[in-house]
Amino acid sequence: MSTEKSRLMKAWEWHEQRLPIGSFLDHSLGSKYPAPKNLNYWWNFGSLALFMLVTMIITGVFLAMNYTAHVTLAFNSVERIMRDVNNGWLIRYMHSNGASFFFIVVYIHIFRGLYYGSYKPPREVLWWMGVVIYLLMMATAFMGYVLPWGQMSFWGATVITNLFSAIPGVGDAIVTLLWGGFSVDNPTLNRFFALHYLLPFVIVGVVFIHIWALHVPGSNNPLGIDAAPADKIPFFPYYVAKDVFGLGVFLMVYFAVVFWAPNMMGDPLNYVPANPMVTPPHIVPEWYYLPFYAILRAIPDKLLGVVAMFGSILILFVLPWLDRHPVRSASFRPIFRIFFWIFLANGLMLGWCGAQLAEGLPLILSRIGTFWYFFHFIVLLPLLSWIETPKPLPASISQPVLSPAE
Amino acid sequence: MRKIVLAAAAAFILTAPAFAAEEVKPMEREWHFNGMLGKFDKQQLQRGFQVYKEVCASCHSLNYISFRNLEDIGYSEDQVKVIAAEYQVTDGPDENGDMFQRPARPSDHIPHPFANDQLARASNGGALPPDLSLMTKAREDGPNYVYSLMLGYKEAPNGFELNPGMSYNAFFPGHQIAMPQQITDDRVTYADGTKASAEQIATDVVAFLHWTAEPKLEVRHATGVRVLLFAFLFTVLAYLYKRRLWARLGKH
Amino acid sequence: MANTAHAHAAAAQGETRRDFLLHSTIAVGAVGTAMMVWPLIHSMNPAADTLALATSEFSIAGIAEGSGITVVWRGKPVFVRHRTAAEIEQAKKDDTADLRDPMTDAKRAQKPEYLILVGVCTHLGCIPLGMKPSEPRGEYGGWFCPCHGSHYDTSGRIRKGPAPLNLAVPPYQYINDTTVRVG
Repeated sequence: MSTEKSRLMKAWEWHEQRLPIGSFLDHSLGSKYPAPKNLNYWWNFGSLALFMLVTMIITGVFLAMNYTAHVTLAFNSVERIMRDVNNGWLIRYMHSNGASFFFIVVYIHIFRGLYYGSYKPPREVLWWMGVVIYLLMMATAFMGYVLPWGQMSFWGATVITNLFSAIPGVGDAIVTLLWGGFSVDNPTLNRFFALHYLLPFVIVGVVFIHIWALHVPGSNNPLGIDAAPADKIPFFPYYVAKDVFGLGVFLMVYFAVVFWAPNMMGDPLNYVPANPMVTPPHIVPEWYYLPFYAILRAIPDKLLGVVAMFGSILILFVLPWLDRHPVRSASFRPIFRIFFWIFLANGLMLGWCGAQLAEGLPLILSRIGTFWYFFHFIVLLPLLSWIETPKPLPASISQPVLSPAE
Repeated sequence: MRKIVLAAAAAFILTAPAFAAEEVKPMEREWHFNGMLGKFDKQQLQRGFQVYKEVCASCHSLNYISFRNLEDIGYSEDQVKVIAAEYQVTDGPDENGDMFQRPARPSDHIPHPFANDQLARASNGGALPPDLSLMTKAREDGPNYVYSLMLGYKEAPNGFELNPGMSYNAFFPGHQIAMPQQITDDRVTYADGTKASAEQIATDVVAFLHWTAEPKLEVRHATGVRVLLFAFLFTVLAYLYKRRLWARLGKH
Repeated sequence: MANTAHAHAAAAQGETRRDFLLHSTIAVGAVGTAMMVWPLIHSMNPAADTLALATSEFSIAGIAEGSGITVVWRGKPVFVRHRTAAEIEQAKKDDTADLRDPMTDAKRAQKPEYLILVGVCTHLGCIPLGMKPSEPRGEYGGWFCPCHGSHYDTSGRIRKGPAPLNLAVPPYQYINDTTVRVG
């Protein structure tokens, strides 16, 4: 037994000298990665996002084995997965709800970063990579939603691709290029499937860069001050154990939806096969796009609406230069904290507006919400950077001068 | 502040439906298949299949159901063969290149009542009877909606302009529906002797249609219970381990 | 999940005393992962509709003596040959020959006139020649696989070449005198 073990160890060392996978992992998310000891449970959502990415890729690969990307067969092939393929219903529900849960996790991850100032120096590039991942996720999820070729798939694809027609001069040419024809049709479905399969692996690549960028400055923490080496603990086993526990809690929620409310977050009309001749009276995108959809519809000009919608995401890239307040964590910025929660509530309200018909009260609210969204970034944050007096910061993580508020 | 904002947001979201355009809420019913351990009542599904066969099938297809699937609702393999053989399906071409009719086999899909959509429209005053396989999933609150629709036929209220050939239905969006009332007391005579009130017929056929829409519901519920118990065990263990591991930190 | 379980296992080696909590967490996590992997793998097995199509019916009424037809069963060719008296006699005589995969002709054909075989060479899956009059039938008058030179006799038994087994006899039954169901 013992000689066997040492032989195994020798083989492992032989391999490590040539390709140090073990050491690489140990430095990435193992015992050689020191993390601040005061990370709270909001820090679990990074690893949960990675878990969901892997889950989506695995279930997606098995779905792709039974899916047919053709307008006459796509809907039927999905129904065949649901009815005839062994455990196909489980894999598909895990994938379709997995998309929603991936977004839930990523939204919490983003808002955690917004609250604790994780985008501030020296973590700007880390933040950029996160925004790139988020954009790629939106593109991937959009194309994935088209694949079942239901009514919402088809009309979602039509409306979203038509956004590009707002570009002056070349808009129509770009839309024709995206479609590969003169309407959303078989060529569109085929390329969406190809790209939907490709983009997740691009996301994996950017996730690597994201984690790499994380390791240069190290993790931020709830106090937002730089952690002294004495205030750090190895990621493994401490945060691995904490993440595994968090994963367990997350899985219970995820599975509860997969097994008991698998269609809760989907639109019933996507169980009606696509009909290019009939637009449903009320088309809405998936919930994770709703705030941006509300911004799009809030502006009565086609080009400006599209610009505002894309701008609302792209503005995140320059966030580190809009909010130049030296204190990171909202715990020590009482005014910023109030506006953080207002911003979050505003986002939820925009999401609600996005699900309603664009008229009457929802339209008024989405205009107010759109104004506030940009006002928050363009006016409030620079202003607060200038005028807000923070609470006294603790000297170190171990010795808080004042206990953080709440 | 956080609490105030969240409370406001919650209140807003909860009251939000009040702002939405008025919609007719369907009647609520208790369904066998709802709930953590909800199952189909096979006897009921067989009655529902009888209703489909005798009332709906002349106009509505059930594209995603094969005869072999009927084994799931309690028919034996031999019974399924007999049921299938009552239908004729087109097969071929034969040695001479001709298409021919033969009795259906369990692996065949339930045949479509019309050869194509154009014929279906022509036979139904221009309206296309939709496929029913997924109907209870393809509408908001599907089972309750279809149930309500079945029983929602009424005299049009005074002043309501009803187009020729249309019927008034309290639950159909716009209240004008091309399908005339189908379900009335004793429309079918149940093979199992159940009294066929209109409510009973509507309940049975909706249960059947929910099975056609979500045939894996029972195994989904059963698997879910096992998976969730397992995840709970895993989470408890992981929590205990995490707590003990982190307790070490306090000592240093 | 598998990764963290693995990392746990690595740490466990460093621990001096057995850690019940750690080990049970890893065990439950590993079992859970395995239980999640199986449904994924199983989804690659034939689906219910594929299994339901596992039978084919065809008529043998029109096959002239000495010729045959090829029908499709489970996506594979099935050879149906109406044998001549000489072929049947040869097949029965060879029951006692030195066979690589011994089997009597009586066991291979429910009615000696009609030989029904899965038309897939047992070497590497090519379709042997011999169903058309123009095709070579090999040294033993049955079938010849051109891919790697396997020769089958008039009972579809392997006689020469790399194939290890006889051409398979599919499960079939005569529904009536002229109709056969395979599967």
